[in-house]
Amino acid sequence: MPQPTTLFEKVWQRHVVREETADTPAILYIDLQLLHEVTSPQAFDELRRRGLKVRRTDRCLATIDHSTPTTPPDAAGIRHYATEQAKAQVDLLHVNCAEHGIELHSWDSPNRGIVHVMGPEMGATQPGMTIVCGDSHTATHGAFGALAFGIGTTEVGHVLATQCLLQSKPNTLGIRIDGELQQGVTAKDVILHVIGSIGVGGGTGSVIEYFGSTVRAMDMESRMTMCNMSIECGARAGMVAPDQVTFDYLQGRPMAPAGADWEAAIADWATLRTDPGAQYHRLVEFNAADIRPSITWGINPGMVIPVDGRIPERTDSETRDALEYMHLRGGASLAGEPVNIVFIGSCTNSRLSDLRAAASLLKGRQVAADTRVLVVPGSEATRKAAEAEGLDRIFRDAGAEWREPGCSMCLGMNGDIGRPGDLVVSTSNRNFKGRQGRDVRTVLASPLTAAASAITGVVSDPRDFLGGEA
Amino acid sequence: MSAHSDNGSVFETRTFNLPVDNIDTDQIIPAQFLTTTTREGLGQYCFYGWRFNEDGSPKASSPLRKHDASSQRVLVAGSNFGCGSSREHAPWALLDFGFRAVISSRFADIFRSNALKNGLLPIMVDDAVVQYLLDHPDHAVRIDIANHTLSIEGYGDFDFPLEPFSAYCLTRGIDTLDFILENEAAIAAYEERGTPNS
Repeated sequence: MPQPTTLFEKVWQRHVVREETADTPAILYIDLQLLHEVTSPQAFDELRRRGLKVRRTDRCLATIDHSTPTTPPDAAGIRHYATEQAKAQVDLLHVNCAEHGIELHSWDSPNRGIVHVMGPEMGATQPGMTIVCGDSHTATHGAFGALAFGIGTTEVGHVLATQCLLQSKPNTLGIRIDGELQQGVTAKDVILHVIGSIGVGGGTGSVIEYFGSTVRAMDMESRMTMCNMSIECGARAGMVAPDQVTFDYLQGRPMAPAGADWEAAIADWATLRTDPGAQYHRLVEFNAADIRPSITWGINPGMVIPVDGRIPERTDSETRDALEYMHLRGGASLAGEPVNIVFIGSCTNSRLSDLRAAASLLKGRQVAADTRVLVVPGSEATRKAAEAEGLDRIFRDAGAEWREPGCSMCLGMNGDIGRPGDLVVSTSNRNFKGRQGRDVRTVLASPLTAAASAITGVVSDPRDFLGGEA
Repeated sequence: MSAHSDNGSVFETRTFNLPVDNIDTDQIIPAQFLTTTTREGLGQYCFYGWRFNEDGSPKASSPLRKHDASSQRVLVAGSNFGCGSSREHAPWALLDFGFRAVISSRFADIFRSNALKNGLLPIMVDDAVVQYLLDHPDHAVRIDIANHTLSIEGYGDFDFPLEPFSAYCLTRGIDTLDFILENEAAIAAYEERGTPNS
C-alpha cells in the first residue's frame, strides 16, 4: 500500500528532475512559463550575456498587461502610455519574444489580457502542471490543480534557459471550508476572511490546498479568485484538486487537449487529489456560515473586517500606523465612509462572472455623483464576452468607465491611479500604502461590495441590494 | 551572481533600524519605478514614498534620512519583511541603497529567494534578538556567512538558517544557473521520459 499523499506531493513528485539532497535543492521541471513586460527584460539580458537560448519556446506564453494603457488608441491609432519608459518596456518584450521565437499576445491578439486571466482562458493552464511567472499572483492557476507560483527575474532566466528551477520542498497547509455561503458572500470574501484569520504571514513557507464542500461548490472563476490571493497570507501557491467543474471549464479551449488526448488527460487529472489519510503540515478549518461580505480597513490584506463590522480598537504600532494612513478610527464602522473611486478589475476579480456580479447591481442604477468607477476587464476575450451580453452598456449607462484590458489600477503602473487622500474600493488584491497612488487609501472588496459602494458613493453592504435578509 | 556578492565570508558593520512589521515590496520599491529594463540604479527609489514628498523634495520626517550608507550596511526590520510582490527590484534597490543584509524574525518566501540570488543576505533570528537590535540602534554586528552566525556586540552569537547550497554559492560567488545547466543530461532524460503534461 503506497503512502497516502497530498495533491501537492503528487504534482511535485511528477516534476522532480533531480531529488533534493542534504547539500542541494531539488531540480524541478516547469511545464509552462508565463511572461510579461515588467519582470522579464533583465532575464532576457542575462541569456544574451551568456549566449544561451530559450530551451523550450513551446513552454512559454507571453502577454503585455502591467505597463499598458487601458484607454483606447487615439484617432490616429496611437496608444498613450504613462511614460516613455513604459512604452519602451512593452516594446522590448516584443523584441525579446521575436528574437527567441516566443508566442506573444500583443495588441492585435484576441487573447491578450492579464497574464493570470489569459492563461486559463486559452486552456494553457491545466491540472497537474508546474507553472511559473515573474508575478506573485501566479498562484491563481492553482485553481486547476496546478502547482503555480511566482518567481523573481533571475529565476525567470533560469526557466527560460533550462525549463527548470532549484526548489526546496515547501510545507503544506490545508484550508478546509465547509457549508453553504450566505447570500452576497463570494470567493473574494472567503479569501479575505481566511487571510484576516491566519494573517499576512500565516502561509509563509507553505503551499495551500483549499478543500471542503464550499470549495467544491465554487465555479472555476471563484476558485481562481481564492487561489489568486494565497500569496497575501505569504503562501507560495494555492491549489484546488481538479474535478468535473475543472474539466468542463477546460474542454474545448484552444490549448486544452482534444479528442483521444482529452480522454487520457481527464483520466489522469482525476487522480490528482489528496488521498484519505494524507497529512498536511498544518490544517485550518472554516465554516462558510461564519463568513460575511468582507473588506480591508488597513494597509495590508490581513486587516480585514466584515463590511458591517467595526475597525479594531488596538494600540499596537502597526494598527496606529494603519489608522493614521487610512484616516480612520479604531472602533468606528467603515461602512458609510465616502468613496472617491471604485475599481473593478485585476487578476483577482476581472473575469466574466465578476463583471456579471457587478453589473447585476448596477443595472438600471446610477453610480454616485462624486464617485468615479473604472471597470477593467481582465482580457480581450472577457471584454468581448461581456460586450456580447451587454455588460458594457450596463456599466456605461450607470456612469462607469468601460476600459481596455490590463492590470490597471491594481498597482497603478500604467498611470491609472488615484489622487492623494482618495478612498478606493477595489476588487484587487493589495492595499499596501501608495499602491494605487501616493497616499491613496485602498479598501479591498468583492465585485458585489464594489458595485454597491459605487451606487451609494460610500462603503456599502451589497446585501442591501440583494433582497432577502440583510 | 551579481557584482554585489561577497567573495569573503565574514563582514563587520553597523545596523540601521526600521521598526515596522510587514514591510512590503511596494514600500521597498514602488511600482512606478518598475518600468526599468535594467537592474542598476534603483537605490535612489528605495523606500521612495517614505523618503520623498510628492514634489520630490526629501521628507523631513523620514527615518531613512539618518541612514549612513558607508557604515550601516545591515537593515533591521520588523517581522514578515518583503511580503507582497515577486519583484526582484526589491533586493536590487536595497543593495544599490547600500545594504548587504536584512535582519528580521521572518521573511516572505519570494523576497528571500530573490535576495539570496543577488547576494543580499536575509538573516532570520528570533523576535527577542530583533528586539534587542531595535532597542540598540546603530549597533556593531559581525556576520559570518559560511557559519551562518550573527554576532551582536555585547549580546551574543546567533545562528541563522541558510541552506548549505546558498551558503556555498554566496561565499564562492557561484551562479545557481550554472548548477542547473550542469544537469543538462538529467533534464534531457526527464523530457525524453515525459510527464502527462509534456
